[in-house]
Amino acid sequence: MRFAEAVRVAWEALRANKLRSGLTMLGVVIGVASVVLLVSIGSGARNEVTSGVESLGSNILFVAPGNLSFGSAPAVSRLGLEDVRRIGDAIGDPRRVAATVASGEVARVGTRRATVNVQGTTDTVPLVFDRTVSRGAFFSAADVETRRRVAVLGADPADSLFPDRDPVGKSITVGGVRFRVVGVMGRVGTAFGVARDAELFIPVTAAQRLFGVSRVDGIAVKAPTTGQIGEEQAIIREVVTRAHPEQEYQVLTQQDILGVVGRILGILTLVLASIAGISLVVGGVGVMNIMLVSVSERTREIGLRKAVGARTRDVLRQFLLEAVALTVSGGVAGILVGIGAALLVGRLSPIPAAITGWSVALAFGVSVAVGVFFGVWPARKAARMQPIMALRYE
Amino acid sequence: MPQPPVVEGSGGLKGSPPVVEAVDVTKVYRLDGVEVRALDGVDLVVERGDSVAIMGPSGSGKSTLLGLLGGLDRPTSGTLRFDGRDVTGLSEDELAEVRNRVVGFVFQNFQLLARTPAVANVGLPLVYRGFGRAERRRLATAALAAVGLGHRLGHRPSQLSGGEQQRVAIARALVTEPAMLLADEPTGNLDSRSGEEVLELLARLHDERGVAVVVVTHDPGVAARFRRRVVLRDGRLAGDPDRDRESVT
Repeated sequence: MRFAEAVRVAWEALRANKLRSGLTMLGVVIGVASVVLLVSIGSGARNEVTSGVESLGSNILFVAPGNLSFGSAPAVSRLGLEDVRRIGDAIGDPRRVAATVASGEVARVGTRRATVNVQGTTDTVPLVFDRTVSRGAFFSAADVETRRRVAVLGADPADSLFPDRDPVGKSITVGGVRFRVVGVMGRVGTAFGVARDAELFIPVTAAQRLFGVSRVDGIAVKAPTTGQIGEEQAIIREVVTRAHPEQEYQVLTQQDILGVVGRILGILTLVLASIAGISLVVGGVGVMNIMLVSVSERTREIGLRKAVGARTRDVLRQFLLEAVALTVSGGVAGILVGIGAALLVGRLSPIPAAITGWSVALAFGVSVAVGVFFGVWPARKAARMQPIMALRYE
Repeated sequence: MPQPPVVEGSGGLKGSPPVVEAVDVTKVYRLDGVEVRALDGVDLVVERGDSVAIMGPSGSGKSTLLGLLGGLDRPTSGTLRFDGRDVTGLSEDELAEVRNRVVGFVFQNFQLLARTPAVANVGLPLVYRGFGRAERRRLATAALAAVGLGHRLGHRPSQLSGGEQQRVAIARALVTEPAMLLADEPTGNLDSRSGEEVLELLARLHDERGVAVVVVTHDPGVAARFRRRVVLRDGRLAGDPDRDRESVT
């Protein structure tokens, strides 16, 4: 039998039982759709993280305590401002080093309140993180040195606390302490689901007193060029390890962070997609079940086809193609449903789902494979029938 | 793969081997551990252009013999040859090709594919010869015309009377131009008038095309219309009891 002919026969057999074929496909549709959707969400999350890490600036090295890996609890930093100085001295340019100690606080202006992410930082933040100041100016090294109570507002609290006034020069209260606003940051958007425009920058020294700590949470260093990242990474690691032999520190590039986060998201995506894959297996069992029913219902047809010259492989191919046609139709429908759902998720949630070609191709390939895998047994059963017995089957 | 010779229904070719030849054929089934000897040393030769009725009570092995003569089954022992080729030497695929090229089956219950137009039912054997759609349609149309159903090409089995359905089945058996039509109680499910038409059709095809016709029947009236009659009893062939009697075909 010609292949095109066999495909046509398989298709007609499915059309002959539209409801049954449709219900059987449903399992495959759901399985494929969820695989496509979950992989899209995973890819979207990865893209989001990548753009978030990249938006922090370029050529940045992060010093953080502990061992950044999947499942490790965040360790408490023992870094201090003296480490910032040491690193600045070691790389020969203190302006390229920034430190931060952060806490969520409520900022008040009169009766207006805004929840802000208070970042106690050095004056080097605009340079290290490529941040712009839209009004006024960032605080100075002298402000940090003298622990002056000045603040630079993120774009969001600037809007909410001073809806109709220029905040520069006004006072705000954070944790019961008054700060004078000296500048407003340029808008940058969201990264890692954190609204970076809800930040409020104050000198790290003032922040340490406000929070009652003497540490800094992390130190960031901007390497002058991409080529010097490795060199500076080694220098910083050396400095930090000598200063804190008692604790493990990591000096991470943006690539390192992307690698770790990417692996975590990759594992999560794989786990979710595998769970979705289980429904594909269930769908496949449904296909096998229906094909077995179909084979026994059509025993006489099989007998007749053999009587008029169908070879074993003709019958095998016919029923195998029928199973594959079922799962491929279900797979195509599932891909469409999955893409539709991914677009919907992208529109309704903060994660822009990214439909990847490989996941669609994989879903299609898997639905073909499910058809073959679960179709082989019924098809072999059909192909092995003795024609004389099959013809007499009632 | 060696091709069995294609026999255009010319009939009675001198020197060519019989269409099918059974020598001392035995068929034993096992049913729930009990051996059932359905055929026990049967000899039967169907020559080109032959006309044979196989009679016998139910359970005598008629259908078993028909299955063997049609290449649907293999004997337990003995020799079975199609066009001079021993079936024991044929693979399953080659046996399928024998069924496709040498034999045309006609069944008591027609065995037409439901929801399938007559022309597609008739063209089915050609599918397994790798013929294209247009070619199948051309040959199937001609075969349907030959059985007087040229005006029923697109009708489905459910839209046809029993007699018409059996004529579609005969057209299907005919479309491959086989050397032999093998009919199993072809009138068993028909009223007497339709049955008569089917028998006349078989007789005409035998006369005009020289195709060998072998029919299995328990009806002496049907058997009487065939040149040779053999009777099966308990798996043994009782020979042509009344070979000289006048026959219609």
